[in-house]
Amino acid sequence: MDSEARPVHADVTLTVNGSERRLRVDTRSSLLDVLRETLGLTGSKKGCDHGQCGACTVLLDGRRANACLALAVAHDGAEVVTVEGLAADGRLSAVQEAFVENDAFQCGYCTPGQLCSATAMLDEARAGWPSAVTADVSRDPFLDDAEIRERMSGNLCRCGAYVGIVAAVRDVAGETNRAARDPGAVAERIKEASRT
Amino acid sequence: MRPFVYERPANVADALELHRDGALYLGGGTNLVDLMRLGVEEPTRLVDVSRLPYGEIEVRPDGTLVIGAAVRNSDLAADRTVRETHPMLAQAVLMGASGQIRNQATVGGNLLQRTRCSYFQDASKPCNKREPGTGCPAREGEHHNLAILGHSPECVATHPSDMAVALAALDASVRVRGRDGERTIPFEEFHRLPGGEPERDSNLRDGDLVTAVEVPPLAMPSRYRKVRERASFAFALVSVAAAVRTVGATVPDGEGGVVRDVRLALGGVAHKPWRCRRAEDVLRGAPADEETFLRAAEAELEAAEPLRDNAYKVPLARNLIVRTLLDLREAS
Ligand SMILES: Cc1cc2nc3c(=O)[nH]c(=O)nc-3n(C[C@H](O)[C@H](O)[C@H](O)COP(=O)(O)OP(=O)(O)OC[C@H]3O[C@@H](n4cnc5c(N)ncnc54)[C@H](O)[C@@H]3O)c2cc1C
Ligand code: SF4
Ligand code: FES
Ligand code: FES
Repeated sequence: MDSEARPVHADVTLTVNGSERRLRVDTRSSLLDVLRETLGLTGSKKGCDHGQCGACTVLLDGRRANACLALAVAHDGAEVVTVEGLAADGRLSAVQEAFVENDAFQCGYCTPGQLCSATAMLDEARAGWPSAVTADVSRDPFLDDAEIRERMSGNLCRCGAYVGIVAAVRDVAGETNRAARDPGAVAERIKEASRT
Repeated sequence: MRPFVYERPANVADALELHRDGALYLGGGTNLVDLMRLGVEEPTRLVDVSRLPYGEIEVRPDGTLVIGAAVRNSDLAADRTVRETHPMLAQAVLMGASGQIRNQATVGGNLLQRTRCSYFQDASKPCNKREPGTGCPAREGEHHNLAILGHSPECVATHPSDMAVALAALDASVRVRGRDGERTIPFEEFHRLPGGEPERDSNLRDGDLVTAVEVPPLAMPSRYRKVRERASFAFALVSVAAAVRTVGATVPDGEGGVVRDVRLALGGVAHKPWRCRRAEDVLRGAPADEETFLRAAEAELEAAEPLRDNAYKVPLARNLIVRTLLDLREAS
């Protein structure tokens, strides 16, 4: 549009799936574009590019985020985990295993984002975060299907593989839910959190 | 997207200094980056304020919350004190956007997010808010989700934030740092009605930085409720933030008791979160029954001026107010 305006570049360092990458980026680049185009990590998908579909979800400093709305330059120094980094030592993560076992994907386009989102969502529930469907927000949540659906609602699936996705997350949530039901475990967790 | 310079100031003085000539502050970027991609915002410089030291929630001895502008929406909603003392605030935040977006979005950015009016977001269309004087196609066009209260011939947009509706009901105030020092703006005076200047969403002055939101203690049961076109991950058609305290006996059929104190605000109905002062006046001291609740809701909505396709919002808002007050009475 503005022919006078020239691209502006900046240096950033990102730790991506455990390895440090030093890059020179256009300030306009999204984290998603840097991951896919500069680093060749094409697992994260571009669906809408506007934060509406979740296909680009990655873990950014340990939390799920839409890489399409994140400017790479604003995340200098960040740790990023993409779907390529979920498996360790040649073994799939528990969430990945559960997706395979529960037929939780069809075309697979949304799957990398679903996997990253589910991984972080389980951590959020483990930390006791409530959701919009938690009846009493002052209590720790229990991951029933309504909770899982609400928490995964930022990830759309055009194939409609939702039934399998919910089942997969439910499988992995088992342990978290046992902790939520066991008041001793909750007290232990609070103690632990106050120590760190 | 137009090229821009990116700056990350080390302190608030540098931030204010850098915010000049076409610069914009950047919080989590979940609204601004989107609008830049659409060509709606074209800053020459982004001043990233997300790492300034405004990332904490302080609880004062009297129970007042001081929420830093850089606090992430998800951290606000997860905070134990907020969940126990101001549940409607946690609920409002949790009902906005998705887990991914809440992890990035900040309190300051949430208050200053722009309207979701589709003409505003489409740079090829006229729009008084985006380009003053070009007209408002929404008035005759697509407005089924736009304002029924306080709009003007120039603009019928709504403010999209859920968090702000709870803050309006909670008598919050906004702390601001400007070029000539610090000041505090009562929440009701923070956002504006469109009038003849719809391009101005708030009463901030050029360069003003929001640093915190202060929320006084709340000694009443409270609740945020939102109606949208799908069950999750959508903006409000109408929402309500309510808190009520009743005194006196509630007999088994649910009747009885008197409204001692009440706070009420609506979302999705106006250019700003709509504090329901008229309804509150009807309610305070009146019997806590369905008839009073209905009368209060109707008193508030008397001022409604629905457009061709959004008249449904009037009964929707009325029913939402009544239902929510009934639920809260049970809890009070
Ligand atoms: C798909 C989608 C769905 C959504 N659904 C909802 C919803 O249902 N309910 C809801 O409430 N929200 C919703 N949102 C909006 C979201 O909550 C906002 O985008 C977010 O809160 C903005 O915060 P941010 O920190 O990312 O702001 P940014 O995008 O960084 O900034 C937004 C504006 O605030 C200004 N700004 C930022 N920080 C400051 C400061 N400290 N002082 C002064 N100005 C500042 C910026 O200059 C910019 O103009 C949705 C967003 C998306 C993309
Ligand atoms: S309602 Fe406001 S934002 Fe929407 S087109 Fe009209 S002037 Fe623009
Ligand atoms: S591509 Fe990022 S949310 Fe759709
Ligand atoms: S599996 Fe095809 S989009 Fe989800």
